[in-house]
Formats: sequence, structure tokens, C-alpha cells
Amino acid sequence: MEWRWDFTFDVVLPRLWEAAGITVYATFASFFLALIGGLVLMLLKTAKNPVVSGIATELIELIRATPLLVLIFFLFFVLPEFGLTLPPLATGILAIAIYNSALMAEVYRAGLQAVPKGQWEAAIALNLSTYKTFRRIIIPQTLPPIVPALGNYLIAIFKETPLLSFVAVAEMMHAAKLIGSEYYRFTEAVTIAGLFFLVMSLVSAQLVRQVETYVKRSIQH
Amino acid sequence: MAIPRIAFIFAITAFLAGLGVATFSELRIFLPALLRGAVVTVQVSVLSIALFLLTAFVAGIARAFGTAPVRWSAAIFVEVFRGTSLLVILFWFFFVLPEFGVVMPPMVAAVLGIGLNFGAYGAEVVRGAVQSVPRGQTEASIALNMTQFKRMTRIIIPQAVVITIPGLSNLTIELIKATALVSAVTLTDITFASVQQNQLHYRTLEIFAITVLLYYCLAQFIRFGGGWLEDHFSRHLKPRSA
Repeated sequence: MEWRWDFTFDVVLPRLWEAAGITVYATFASFFLALIGGLVLMLLKTAKNPVVSGIATELIELIRATPLLVLIFFLFFVLPEFGLTLPPLATGILAIAIYNSALMAEVYRAGLQAVPKGQWEAAIALNLSTYKTFRRIIIPQTLPPIVPALGNYLIAIFKETPLLSFVAVAEMMHAAKLIGSEYYRFTEAVTIAGLFFLVMSLVSAQLVRQVETYVKRSIQH
Repeated sequence: MAIPRIAFIFAITAFLAGLGVATFSELRIFLPALLRGAVVTVQVSVLSIALFLLTAFVAGIARAFGTAPVRWSAAIFVEVFRGTSLLVILFWFFFVLPEFGVVMPPMVAAVLGIGLNFGAYGAEVVRGAVQSVPRGQTEASIALNMTQFKRMTRIIIPQAVVITIPGLSNLTIELIKATALVSAVTLTDITFASVQQNQLHYRTLEIFAITVLLYYCLAQFIRFGGGWLEDHFSRHLKPRSA
């Protein structure tokens, strides 16, 4: 069976283009949720109370040991039992966000721990307020190692969104599967979807690299 | 360190299994199906781990030391398989390649897809490790008039392997988790079996708890195996006890 360009341009591209919007939306929504969730998990993990930090540590380990697909199915089937019926897209975004916040918590923690202890002591010695300590001393030193890692998670999340097709979210992979089963032609749809992911992740990897140099330069004056 | 933790995990597993059988006697209805799924997951995992390690080392070394055309083709391989989503790759292998006359059974498609995808990630780990072997080692082996083959197999790679172990064992755990996707190519692994059983019996919490536990146990094997390998290969770095 040969490649059909008319089919590609008339059917595949318009429908995948529509679905690309959902993919990008799901990517950014779950990325921002995971940014916040990761921060919360990190704060819980580094809490003074050993019970709280112990529970947070085990929770992070459990989430990290679970495949994302299992987490998506789990939320998809379990949330309705607790009376919380969300649309598939929201459930999927929530699952990706939870999964990645466990991973991002470690990134935040590593970034904070990379700040030498002397910096904290110096800030106390100079009688800086807590706000000023974070704003002027700690966060500027935490950002350079964190930003590229978080950027890589953005790309990773982007490549995880096809999993949402398992719970019938109308993102790109789902659209490609639908086209394939409607016309019985998988070649064009799946290939174009693959190319789209390839191009998008190469472009965004380049963007992450630029943000990285920008952050480094703006902090080192 | 390792043995008490293994014992701990086995104890927890046995305890949960016993508790499960005792509390939810329906467990015996769906447990066999889940375990059949676990067998498929293990098969796919073992085969794709083999392909993953092979690809990682071949592509990583090709990217670090190959001639220009070899280096470029390795770089293209890595970028293509890292840049696309695993699910898209699996679909492509199973549904698109037959259109070009390459028909493969689901197991082969799954192993190829996962192995090559993770091989591309692993290639970067291997490349980083190989390049972090100090230059003096290469220079010394040239000074000793070793052939290039001998230099690689005797000097560079043994030192690089130690450095790759943590990165590669992390990726291996990720790989085991990624096998949850193989239901896309019609294989019935743990995840798909648990979805099926869930639709039949509606015992969501129990079924998925068992699923997560099975994945967790599989990951522990890799974690301890990796730790043991790391100890084994870095013995020469430890201070000698008298």
C-alpha cells in the first residue's frame, strides 16, 4: 500500500491539527499543576515533623514505582466511586500531574540542597528577613540547576500525553487511531502524529536550552 | 543492607497476599488472570532489556568514537527514537510497518519498540560515561602500542561500565514501567489484564493495588541488582582493609 498525499492533506492533517490543540493544552495544564504539586510534595518531604516527611517520602516512592498508565486507569475508575466524576481529559491531566509532581519534588529538593549551608548562615548573620533570604539569596542560586531539569520534564510530559488516548481523550494519538479505524489506513495518520511529536520535541529541546542560558546569564549579572 | 530490605519486601508481599486471600475471597477469581498478565510483562521486560542494553552500548560507543558517517547515523537514531513518544513508535511498528510489507507478531513489535526507544536514552548515558573516562587513559594505551580494539575492550569500556550502572538501572526501571503500554499492540500484560478484570468484577481498589505491588516488586529486583553490580564493579575503588 502506498502513501496517499491527497488523503494526508484532506483528512489527516486537519483532524490532527485540531487534536494538537488538546495535546498542547493537556501538556501545559499538567505541567503547571505538577510544578505546584512538586513544590508541595517537596515541602512535605522536608518537613520537620518526621511522620509527615516519612509519609511524603513513601508516597513519592509509591507514585514513582507506578506506571503512568496504571495511574491513569486507577484515577479513571476510582474517582467515580468516591462520587467525583470528572471528564476524561481532566482525569488524565490530574494523573500526569500527580505522576510528574513526584518526580519534580526530587528536582526541587536537589536544587535547594545544592545551596551551600554557609549561604543560609550568612543570611541569618546579616539579619535578612525570611522573604529577603529566599528572594535575594536562595532562589537565585536554586534556579540554574532546576530550570533545565524542569524543562526536560515539560518535554517528557508532552511525550506522555499520547497515553491519554487509552481513556478516550481526543488528543493526537486518539485522532490518529480514529482515522486509522475509520478509513482503515494507519500509515499516514500514525506517521504524521510521530513526525509532529518529533518536530515539537526537537524544537522545545532547543527552547529549553535557550531558557537555560538566559537564566544562567540573568542571574550571574 | 540489601538482604534485610529484600526480606522486608517479601514479608510485606506475603502478608498482603495472605490478607488479600483472607479478606477478599474474590481474589482467587481475578488473581490468575493478573498473574498471566505478569508473565507477559516479565517476558516483554526481559527481552527488551536485552535489546535496550545492546542498543545503548552500540549507539553510545558509535556516537562517541565512530567515524563521521557512523557518528551521524547514531545521532539521527538517538534523536528520532528519543524525540517521538513510545506509544507512537509501538503503533508505528505494529500498524504501519505491515503496510510496507514488514509484518511482525505483537511480541516482536513491543520488544523492538521499547528496546529501541530506551536504547536511544541509554545511548546518551553510555556516551557520557565513555567520554568521562580520563583522556590520559587513551593516551597511555596509545603509548603502550595497544590496538584500537584492545584499547576499547580492555581500557575504556571496563571503566565506562561502572559509570553507566546507576543511569542504566534507572532507565531499566523506567523500561519496566513503560511495558504497561504494550496493550496498544494487543498483548495482555498486567495493566491490560487488570483493566479487563476491573470491568468484569468492579473490584478497582484491590485489582489496582495488586497491579501496583507487582510492578513495585519487579522494580525492586532491578534496584537491588543494580546496587549489587555497582558494588561488584567498583570494588577496586574502595580502600583496602588490612
